[in-house]
Amino acid sequence: MTVNGWIQILVFLGLIFLVTKPMGVFMARVFSREKTFMDPVLRPIERLLYRVTGVDENHEMRWTEYAVSMLLFSVVSMLVLYLMQRLQGFLPFNPQKFGAVTPEHLAFNTAASFTTNTNWQAYAGEATMSYFTQMAGLAYHNFVSAATGIALAIAFIRGIARRQMQTIGNFWVDLVRSCLWVLLPFCVVGALLLVSQGVVQNLRPYDKATLVQPQQVQTTGADGKTVTTTVTEQTIAQGPVASQEIIKEFGTNGGGFFNANSAHPFENPTPLSNLIELFAIFTIGAGLTYTLGRMTGSQRHGWAVWTAMAILFLAGVTVAYWAEAGGNPLLANTNQRVTALQSGGNMEGKEVRFGIANSALFATVTTDASCGAINGWHDSFTPLGGMVPLVNIMLSEVIFGGVGAGMYGMLIYVVLAVFIAGLMVGRTPEYLGKKIEAYDVKMAMLVVLVFPLVILVFTALSSVNGFGTSSILNPGPHGLSEILYAFTSGAGNNGSAFGGLTVNTPWYDTTIGLTMLAGRFLMIIPMLAIAGNLAQKKYVPPSLGTFPVTTPLFTVLLIGVILIVGALTFFPALSLGPILEHLLLAAGRTF
Amino acid sequence: MKKNLMISVLMTIATTILLGIIYPLVVTGLAQVFFKDKANGQLIVRDGQVVGSRIIGQAFTGPAYFHSRPSAAGSGYDAANSNGSQLGPTNQHLIDRVKADVAAAQMDNPGQPVPIDLVTASGSGLDPDITPAAAEFQVPRVAKERGASADDVERLVQEHTQQRQLGFLGEPRVNVLELNLELDQRFPLKKQAKAE
Repeated sequence: MTVNGWIQILVFLGLIFLVTKPMGVFMARVFSREKTFMDPVLRPIERLLYRVTGVDENHEMRWTEYAVSMLLFSVVSMLVLYLMQRLQGFLPFNPQKFGAVTPEHLAFNTAASFTTNTNWQAYAGEATMSYFTQMAGLAYHNFVSAATGIALAIAFIRGIARRQMQTIGNFWVDLVRSCLWVLLPFCVVGALLLVSQGVVQNLRPYDKATLVQPQQVQTTGADGKTVTTTVTEQTIAQGPVASQEIIKEFGTNGGGFFNANSAHPFENPTPLSNLIELFAIFTIGAGLTYTLGRMTGSQRHGWAVWTAMAILFLAGVTVAYWAEAGGNPLLANTNQRVTALQSGGNMEGKEVRFGIANSALFATVTTDASCGAINGWHDSFTPLGGMVPLVNIMLSEVIFGGVGAGMYGMLIYVVLAVFIAGLMVGRTPEYLGKKIEAYDVKMAMLVVLVFPLVILVFTALSSVNGFGTSSILNPGPHGLSEILYAFTSGAGNNGSAFGGLTVNTPWYDTTIGLTMLAGRFLMIIPMLAIAGNLAQKKYVPPSLGTFPVTTPLFTVLLIGVILIVGALTFFPALSLGPILEHLLLAAGRTF
Repeated sequence: MKKNLMISVLMTIATTILLGIIYPLVVTGLAQVFFKDKANGQLIVRDGQVVGSRIIGQAFTGPAYFHSRPSAAGSGYDAANSNGSQLGPTNQHLIDRVKADVAAAQMDNPGQPVPIDLVTASGSGLDPDITPAAAEFQVPRVAKERGASADDVERLVQEHTQQRQLGFLGEPRVNVLELNLELDQRFPLKKQAKAE
């Protein structure tokens, strides 16, 4: 670890601290329908959208109607994405003449993946998707799945803030305002910033370059014979990347235009573009803590939650940075020490321009949030370095978190923390003036239980059957980690992977597809039920027995609840995967 | 329910047009006007021929060029098939591959430990850079092969070393394609492998 590495990490956290308030105030204004400086441009577009779609913007919804609208929209837009992939051969903006995305289970998996804000990718973008599918299918879903998440978080916050009311807002209005006010303006500016760094943005066919030095390449054919060919050309994949890149991070989607995601020089060409992308990932999640404080009238509570997130972030990045900087002791006769001329450490799967610090930081940030973009392959991380992203997802990605999803995930933990505190002092737990009762805790537990259920059941099935184990690239305990990571990433709607696992198979496409849908919708529904239930409750003024949710004690308790729930659930699986691999690596064992 | 279903369909269509078509096309237009070269991939043209992108790596072998990192993109530096090796830290294939690459690299510098980036595959398989350490390591070999003094080649490496962005972001790096192109100009090979 170096001083410069830590400066980069702390500057990043500092920027997130600075953006929290302006972003939070802005979102609170947008969703309370107060005036903002963008209204003159955006309000006419908003009105037009309502007119053509028939939305009554003054209609208020109960939680059930809110949930049904959200589900209907998800189903319809998911179907459209499926069809778009299957029909892309007939659609425009396809200079590489890609045919339909096949097989069907891949198209299903991808449709589920982008609808649920996961962006799990069982395909390689530059070899599969036309520019039209990327823009109007995948990048489009980056917008609306993120906007849906923000809408849901705002609905939950309204549930806390409102008193004796039956409704929690209008899904369509929240969706449209998320898209127009929060996402779109930032993306136009951010995309151009990324282009200025070298992220490509064009609709041209792939370029052909004549290699400076032709290369002899040996390939082994299906018949086992080795053929030597001379390669004289390099095909350079192009595309409308920047417009997708920025919403991929800002909406914590994570689906790369190219297979190598943000490790690809055309997606993430410079250290500055890397910082812009990292910043975009956390901006909304951090801002929502301030929005929470503002809309519920307890700004200090918002900051208490922010602090818990920041502490967990620092813990993760410290472990990841330390582990990756330590390098791989099995690689003899290599120089892995950090010097002025190199960042050393474990460089397999990492890019030179990012080095160790930025790769460890990116891996931590992308899994703290439910982003899932990568700038280095987690599968090639050291056992403990790779365990950090895995654990982050297992903690439900509440560390600044996915846009919206991180906030409502965190609020579920807050409900549990308040409940546990209530048990300890023997009083009915209260949260910001609302009594937390059996119904709320039951629903919160449902959210907490669905998650490990899908992960552990599918991981277990996959690790003892040929259809699961035959996809493993890295044998030994690392193989279990690959499977565990896949389902954890799916259920957490993260989308990053231990990429060695071959996942475009009927088994994995289908089960991970279902895992993503369960991880998204089976958690949203109980969450909305809590919101609806809280909204109709009476306000109870704080008394001596109320556990304050604005203090450092609360922050510590919240962190404790998150870690204990996560550890109790997943420690056995982790000990057979990355922890075992770490011990065996130290003993010099290979597979 | 029926009303909301209708809205779902119309909303999907309307927002797809706005966010899925108009937005990327507007960004494309702006990018092409303000950052034409960058938006098109910073292609390098020599004698009317595209020889690569400034920010996409290429494979270099043999003693006369600075080598780039091992690549797992397609058959190596395939810029239409980006990928890393995905090999885990305890995978014997990784250990063996690194061992072979280390042995080859040490032929030029016997006994010297090899800078780690020179024997590890990058994330994209298209990493345009090597570390200054990896460039230094190769200076004696390249200088000898090109009949140039080590000092001259060393100076070239330093000219091509990009420092941290804004003084603190990222890591120092050397762009291999640009360095090798300049090498060909300043210290041309008598019998160019390129002539074949």
